This record gives sequence, structure tokens and C-alpha cells, in this order.
Amino acid sequence: MTVSLFPRVGQIQPVVRLRGFTRAFGETVVIDGLDLDIAPGEFVALLGHSGSGKTTLLRTLANLDQADGQDVTIPSARAVVFQDSRLLPWKRVWKNVVLGLSRRGARKKAEAALAEVGLSHRVDAWPLTLSGGEAQRTALARALVREPQLLLLDEPFAALDALTRLRMHELVLNLWRAHRPAVLLVTHDVDEAIALADRVLVLAEGRFVAEERIEAERGRRTASVRDLRRRLLAHLGVTAPSGSYADAVAGAGAGLLEAAE
Amino acid sequence: MTRSVPSAPRPSIVAAVLRSRWPSPLLLLLLWEAASRAGLIPTHTLAAPSAVLATLFAMIRSGELPSNLAVSFWRVVSGLGIGVALGVSLGLVAGLSRRGEALVDPLMQIKRTIPVVALAPLFIVWFGIGETPKIALIAFAVMFPLYLNLYNGIRGVDKRLVEGALSFGLDRWQLIVHVILPGALPSLLVGLRYALTISIVMLVIAEQINASAGLGFLVNNARDFMRTDIIVVCLMVYALLGLAADLLVRAVETRALAWRPKLVEA
Repeated sequence: MTVSLFPRVGQIQPVVRLRGFTRAFGETVVIDGLDLDIAPGEFVALLGHSGSGKTTLLRTLANLDQADGQDVTIPSARAVVFQDSRLLPWKRVWKNVVLGLSRRGARKKAEAALAEVGLSHRVDAWPLTLSGGEAQRTALARALVREPQLLLLDEPFAALDALTRLRMHELVLNLWRAHRPAVLLVTHDVDEAIALADRVLVLAEGRFVAEERIEAERGRRTASVRDLRRRLLAHLGVTAPSGSYADAVAGAGAGLLEAAE
Repeated sequence: MTRSVPSAPRPSIVAAVLRSRWPSPLLLLLLWEAASRAGLIPTHTLAAPSAVLATLFAMIRSGELPSNLAVSFWRVVSGLGIGVALGVSLGLVAGLSRRGEALVDPLMQIKRTIPVVALAPLFIVWFGIGETPKIALIAFAVMFPLYLNLYNGIRGVDKRLVEGALSFGLDRWQLIVHVILPGALPSLLVGLRYALTISIVMLVIAEQINASAGLGFLVNNARDFMRTDIIVVCLMVYALLGLAADLLVRAVETRALAWRPKLVEA
């Protein structure tokens, strides 16, 4: 293995590489000639309305849909965290975490992963007794224990309350810093995307309509992202002149209703 | 300021008795006994509870009841064993593969339309009047509820869980063992409960066919001699068999479905 200390951009092998990726169900073209590269360790957020093709793209990257005969490269080590945790209710939490892995040392691995997400006290619990936040943390532990090169997050915080969601954002960032997988976060929350990602993509009708890189450091983004926020919201069809959620909902004239058409 | 709190009035014994579920069956038994002693219910119509109890002990002591019960018990167990094995196998085949479904399901649906009891004459022609037709009847009747519930259970497994498991790279075999079968287990157990009930009913029917031993034989004999006490004893034993079967499934359920949150605590 050659280790280049100063890799030039363009030399790094991306973990995900799509070229002209197209997907259609019958007559309906859901994804239309997408090009996508995700670098190792990069945190990408994917914004889009429901029906924009987000889910189809994610399913392809998760290899849940076969992309026969298309130019699609995805790493073998992948893991998905879904919006619903999808824990098997008949397996205790730790067994869910190591589902499908070899038995040797499984318990130790599960305990370590659960400790990392702060669930050491729930190792032997039944999944149906977990709270929503605990279930999603278990799902994160289950994804991380596989040491993925690509971590796919499919609106994993959408069903959580606002405070739990904040804590989960923090946790996801910490885990990402510790393990450095490439992350693709599918969401329709512009703030979530801005707070977490290195790069934000907006998908509409099967094409990328915007790509924004965020250079500002996480935690110091408020000042520099107002304009970005306005642009992203505009791509999603929401007019917010000040670029702040506080002004996005103004009733008459805000244009939210037309945008929803 | 302190105040002595008057202790809650003790519920009177009468109130407690009225709330419990024992009085009505007990009252029925007392009325029955009284009516028998008063000569209102002749023994050849229905023996008194005390007489039934005496007969029960006598039959246990003489070994008549245990030996015949053992014969009947063996019939149920072997019929159930064969029926469960067949029903589960066919349910697995039909549930886990489309081709298996196309092969098995039509036959099972045809089988369902024929009342099993109506097959008894045919079974006697084929298997004679020994143990075989009795066991075959039970096995044949027990198959369907197991088949149907397992098949539906497998097909009803949450698709999102299957997809989640697939995203972690489980192969087909791991998927069946870790996701599909545990997911189908609750409905399999419902099927098992039906099967046990049906097996007792089929035992009663099968033993009406010329039996030379077993509970049904005792009942038939007792009928010929108008021994209502023996008939009632046998009815009690049938009831106890059914109760035991239900307790068995419940015990299995408590163990196997421990992951389900209890709807009612304690």
C-alpha cells in the first residue's frame, strides 16, 4: 500500500463514484444522469423534497437496489441508519448491534460500540423498551460496529424531538470524527445539513440542482451561512429573504404554498 | 396538625365471596347434588357429583382410567407430532419460496374445503379400525391451522426489517434464521394453539370409531350400560386435557415471546 503524505486533489480515490447514473420505474425517470463523487471521510448532506429521488439514490448506494450495467462504484463496507431504527424486536440490543457478524468476540464488540453511543446501561434490553433516541443510538452503534467506509443516514433524526435531535447531531459528529467514514446524510432539514456537512447537495426531479461547499468550521457557521441558507431554501422552493427560519414562515407572500405545488 | 386516619373498613367476607368467581359454579354443583339426592335427577340421566367423584377415585385405583388415558394420550401425541411436522414443513415451503407456494398452497386450500371428519369412512377403508386411522385423522386435521398461520406469519414479516437486515449483508440463510422465522413465531404459536384444541376434538371423534381402548372406549361402554357417572368422569378428563394443552402453549409463549412488551403489567 502506498501512502502519499500530500495527496493532490484528484488523486484520492473516491469511496463513491457514480457516472451518468439513471434509474427509471416504467415510464417514470426517477434519477436522471447523476454524477457523484464522495471522498473518503467526507460528510455530504443530500437535500430534497419527497419524490426528488433521494431515497432511490440512497437505496442504490446501500446496494438494496441492484444497479445493473451502470457505472456505479460503492465500497463493500457500508452501513445504513434508517429513519425508523429497524431493530429486530426479538433480539436483545447487543445482539442487534452485531447482527450478521461472526460470534467470536461479538459481545465485547457490541458493548464497546454501545458504550460509544452512551448506551452501556441498555446492552441487555429488549428493543421495544427503548425510547426513540435510544433506538436510533443503537442503530448508530450497529452501523459503526461494521467499521464502514460509507455511512448512509436516511433521515435518521426526523422522528425525534428537537432536543434529542440536537444531542444526536452532536453524537454523529463525534462518531464521524473518531471513525472518519464517508457520510451521506439524507435530510430535508436545511439547518441540519448546514450544521453537519462539508458539502450540501440539492436533488430535484432526479438531478442535482445545487452543490454548496461549507468551508466554515462546525460550530462557527452562523455568520457565514445566512446567504447559503437562503440559496438552499430557494432551491427547495422556499423564499426566506433574510435566510433565517424565523422569517421563512410569514403567511401571505412568503410563497411557501406555490412552492409546494 | 395531626389527625388519626381511620383505618379503611375491612371488606366483609360476604362482599369478597360475591366478588370472586367461585360461587356460581359451586352453586350449580350444590343444586345438582341436591336435585340428585332429592330424586329429581335420576342416576341414569345424570349421576350426582358425589357419585362421579367416587367413580373417579375407583377408576384411578383400579387402573382402568390411567391405562385408557395413556392410550388416548398416545393417540393425541402421535397425531399431533405428525400433523405439526407436516404443517410446519409445508408452511415453510410455501412461505419461503414462490415456487413452493404455487406447489403447496392450492393443495392445502382444496384440503381445507373437505371437513376432516367426513374423511373418517375413507380412512377406515384404507387403514382399518386400529390405531392408524385415529392418528391419521388427528394429524390430518392439525396440519391446516399450523400451515396457514406459519405461511401467513412468514409472508407478514415486516418488510422494513428484512430490508434493514439485507443492508447489513445478511445472506438468505441468516435472513431466515434471524429475521423471518422469529418474525413468524407469534403466528405459528397461534396456529399451535388452534392445533391443540382441534387435536382433542378429533380425538373424541376418532375414538367413537370402534375403539377397544382409550377414553372413547370407556365412554362407549358406559353409554351401553347407562353409566352416566363414567361418562362424566371421561368428560372431565377431556376438559383437563384441553386445559393442559392450553397451559403448555402459554408456557411456550411466555418463554419464546419474552421480547414483547407486556400490555398489562402484573
